[in-house]
Amino acid sequence: MFDLDRWIEIFQALSKNKLRTALSGFTIAFAILLFTLLFGIGNGLKHTFEEQFAGDSQNSIYINSGRTTKPYKGLQSGRQIQFRNNDAKFINEKFDDKIQFFSPNIQRRMQVIYKGEQNQYTIRGVYPDYQPLESAVIQDGRFLSYLDIENRAKVVAIGRLVEKDLFGNLTAIGKNLNIEGISYKVVGVFNDPGGDNDERFIYTPFTTFQGMYKPNDELDYFGLTFNPKLSIDEALAFSSLLTKMLKEKHNVDPRDQAAIRVRNYAEGTKNVQQFMTVLNVIILFIGIGTLIAGIIGISNIMVYIVRERTKELGIRKALGATPKSIVGMIMMESIFVTAIAGYSGLLIGVFALESLGDSLEKYFILNPSVETYVVVGATIILVIAGTIAGYIPAKRAAKIKPIVALNDE
Amino acid sequence: MIKIEKLHKSYPIGKDSLHVLKGLDLHIKEGEFVAIMGSSGSGKSTLLNIVGLLDNHDSGNYYLNGQLIENLDEKKAAILRNKFLGFVFQSFNLITYKTAVENVALPLYYQGMARKERQEVALKYLAKVGLKDRANHLPNELSGGEKQRVAVARALATSPKVVLADEPTGALDSATSDSVMELLKDINREGMTVFVITHEEDIAEQTDRIVRLKDGVIISDEKVNKKVTV
Repeated sequence: MFDLDRWIEIFQALSKNKLRTALSGFTIAFAILLFTLLFGIGNGLKHTFEEQFAGDSQNSIYINSGRTTKPYKGLQSGRQIQFRNNDAKFINEKFDDKIQFFSPNIQRRMQVIYKGEQNQYTIRGVYPDYQPLESAVIQDGRFLSYLDIENRAKVVAIGRLVEKDLFGNLTAIGKNLNIEGISYKVVGVFNDPGGDNDERFIYTPFTTFQGMYKPNDELDYFGLTFNPKLSIDEALAFSSLLTKMLKEKHNVDPRDQAAIRVRNYAEGTKNVQQFMTVLNVIILFIGIGTLIAGIIGISNIMVYIVRERTKELGIRKALGATPKSIVGMIMMESIFVTAIAGYSGLLIGVFALESLGDSLEKYFILNPSVETYVVVGATIILVIAGTIAGYIPAKRAAKIKPIVALNDE
Repeated sequence: MIKIEKLHKSYPIGKDSLHVLKGLDLHIKEGEFVAIMGSSGSGKSTLLNIVGLLDNHDSGNYYLNGQLIENLDEKKAAILRNKFLGFVFQSFNLITYKTAVENVALPLYYQGMARKERQEVALKYLAKVGLKDRANHLPNELSGGEKQRVAVARALATSPKVVLADEPTGALDSATSDSVMELLKDINREGMTVFVITHEEDIAEQTDRIVRLKDGVIISDEKVNKKVTV
């Protein structure tokens, strides 16, 4: 039911008492503005961290070998641990259910020539599984295939920047690269969200590369991703079991950290997740704190406003205002002011975040923004708080005998 | 119009209570112009507050317009005040942010009258008190006498049965006091019951009947120029 008279009465009371209207409006608008800004900036920090860890697959595990640093089972320290094809087979068979992608790897830095252009690149002999491991995305042609592995084909997939370096604006697909005297055919060009370095790799079939550059069946390291269904703790347990078994297989002291090194990205993911949780808690804490400050502020002001109006309310009662109409008037005023002010605070906040955009990127704040439901929820909470804060003193004021209210100075 | 029987009222002061009205009997007929006199502390303001339904009494009967006043909640009291009573206060009690005409129209708003009609009625009563040209001024742009005349216009706006005036000239100089009293006399002549509280003898003498209060009892009740013993 819309009562025009009532609204006219309210508008008059609000516009003729600018100070108190401004005070309560400002409190709400400022609280919502702060809330929006803090939440937005907090979200910006979160976005930065999410972005930073998007490079490689988050579930990657890399296994490298080195020299032993401790004597073990009668073997001296300083012994070089060498991975071989049977290690690959061993890992693959033991942990089939826990592994998503798997590839042994041979890596070399070599001179690459195409016509007049030449450069040093890291060449990796890998299995086709290596592509998802690196999060590489094919933009032209294809990646290596199992047929290439079987045939020991002399083909390569090259990074976007390799193509740019050696071919300029021309396409590399189908061309032959000269890698230290041997000719390889380019079958694919990929890009990689991991950055420039990752886009200067050249991939060739593992078997091809091993046959050419490694005696017997030696290899350099393994890359794999664990089954994404594993929780982070399960993944960490998996990698430590894998480490333990590999150390046993190669007669390495379990405490030797150098001979067999397993780097599990889940560890970093776990840290990041913990950091994010802490960040979330902080943001939530700040948000709730701001809201509480706003609630206390608006409550104080509402109590003050009603107190200040005691005499006016007494006059109104003497003239025939019922308690209900007094309470209704104060509540409608407070809801109206808090809703309008809250909405404008919200708009200013969102607009400020919008205009900040990515200008604070160097301070690790990326795309600061707030979810609509969060700010709208906060605004509603403040409006409700303002209403309750207005209701209690209004109810009391409506109960005061008019004669007491009239004598109030 | 107003009939009071054995009215008692006391106020708590700490643990004790102050017995202010000690069994008053008073009957005011329609169309009378009555002054309640007494020094401060005599209970005259308390009496007016009870008559004006601004405060409730402890015991005794109070009939307003033939209706027994009892178990009154705030809502009923508000409706009765609005319907039967008009108030004029010593300190005017105008709402400071409303213009003269808006102040006069306010009781009509609580009566639920339409806006345009309120405006017309309010202007009519402002004209009656001689302030039509000041209608759109705020109270602080008016003199004391003008404020009190606005208050009288406001008291009259709802066409009440009784106008209650609490020291209506208490804050005014003698010239403006006289003009306000003339106004009250005028409205009495038109048939309105007027109930004035004052401690000034010359104000009381302008009414038709003077009731003197002392320490919560009526010590005399006399028609002006014609003494009647209680």
